[in-house]
Amino acid sequence: MAKLELRGVVKRFGDVTVCDGIDLDIEAGQMVCLIGASGGGKSTLLRCINLLEPIEDGEIRLDGEDISIPGLDPQGVRARIGMVFQSYNLFPHMTALENAMLAPRRVHGKTRDQVRPEVEALFQRFGLADRMQNYPDQLSGGQQQRVAIVRALAMRPEVMLFDEITSALDPQLVGEVLDVLLQLKDEGMTMVLATHEMGFARQAADKVCFLKAGKIVEEGPPADLFGAPQHPETQAFLARALK
Amino acid sequence: MARPKATGAAGMTRRERYDAEQRRRSLIVAATSTVIVLAAIILLVPLAPGWEKVQKSFFNGAVLAKSFPKLLDAFLVNVMIFAWSAPAIAVLGLLIALARDAKSPALFPLRIFGAAFTDIFRGVPVILTVYLIGFGIPGLGLPRPWNSPYIWGSLALILTYSAYVAEIFRSGIDSVHHSQRSAALSLGLSERQVMRDVVLPQAVRNVVPSQMNMLIALQKDVSLLSFIGPVEIFRQAGVFKSLLANFTPYVGAAIIFLAVTIPATRYADYLMARQQKERR
Repeated sequence: MAKLELRGVVKRFGDVTVCDGIDLDIEAGQMVCLIGASGGGKSTLLRCINLLEPIEDGEIRLDGEDISIPGLDPQGVRARIGMVFQSYNLFPHMTALENAMLAPRRVHGKTRDQVRPEVEALFQRFGLADRMQNYPDQLSGGQQQRVAIVRALAMRPEVMLFDEITSALDPQLVGEVLDVLLQLKDEGMTMVLATHEMGFARQAADKVCFLKAGKIVEEGPPADLFGAPQHPETQAFLARALK
Repeated sequence: MARPKATGAAGMTRRERYDAEQRRRSLIVAATSTVIVLAAIILLVPLAPGWEKVQKSFFNGAVLAKSFPKLLDAFLVNVMIFAWSAPAIAVLGLLIALARDAKSPALFPLRIFGAAFTDIFRGVPVILTVYLIGFGIPGLGLPRPWNSPYIWGSLALILTYSAYVAEIFRSGIDSVHHSQRSAALSLGLSERQVMRDVVLPQAVRNVVPSQMNMLIALQKDVSLLSFIGPVEIFRQAGVFKSLLANFTPYVGAAIIFLAVTIPATRYADYLMARQQKERR
């Protein structure tokens, strides 16, 4: 049984089918990268996994348990699955530390003093110890995104979803964020990334999926998918993306 | 080859010299036109046939000196009514805004109530609400002190202003980007926690300048209560007018209002400008 199993996931916005019957297994500790042109359904799929979007059909299973049952309270699931967004989405009226402490305090009903040591340790681990008291607008894009990752990790999630988290960054800041992902991979975190960083996917992913028009066109280990893509659509996309 | 720097004798760049010249010119033009307009007013207005009469009945120094202390006292009544109405308006306005955004079907009646509330109290002139509530409710034959026009007049102001303030709060809530909601939800927060901890603090901050304008308007509208009894500054000025057969007390009242509203308006403008800057 895989950590996360998607079976025939369908998501529509009105008449537009954004995810069109997606099947995918994500094993515990794996890093899975979703690639493909914008509009292919990568981001929407991540939002569906985190129950930010209800799915029209299919099943999403976490540890074998169906989490996509209509009417299921999504809070418990979201607390177990962390998500990081392209535009950081830090809360601008709170310091970095307060950003990261909010959810553990509210969801687990703990006090600041109870959660602070663990959260501070996270800041330390990702080289942000001297940034904890800063407000988001006092941080660089790369720092903000790392704080957003820390904020999600503060809930001790079992799975992390990353939605094009380096797409809004200046090129010289991309590296520091990708390094965090490698660190998490070493620690055995289960991760799903929607990404345009082909080099990173090729180097770090355990599995790469190419999505187009809401379908997984091709999936496999990065060596196969990048080295010898089978499907003509994948070949065409990679030819453009790697140019 | 080194290029000669474009600096002049005073050590300014040519851009700085140009800007300084422009500033000097606009200063001269502004000063000249102001002097001309002021001179025209000072010279021409007294030529009007009724000027002496107007001067005597509106700008009478003796009357002003006599009425001003009492007017100030009466203004304290305005300040008092303002002081207890404003917090009530803030609270009620926020509650109405939240009621209108309630999503749960169990709270549907609350939503309807919120919508009806804003429709009604924004749709009726303030003075009419003051009359209807200020005369209507004490008319039920309530015992002292519950028949006081202070209570029901204030309530009328509170209801009317809450309706406007609620709409401003709603626009503030809408102004918080939905990605903030997504981020908060993805952490496992409930809808209610998202509203309280993430959306509302940002929404309230976004609308502070607009709400300042509501406070300024409220400060002036307190005078409407004079129509149902309380002797506040407008009413007091009216008393002096009858007593002294002179309109100067009204001018005095206007001066007192301006002494409060102009600084408050400037402060609101300052807040607004600062926010504009932050957003850029």
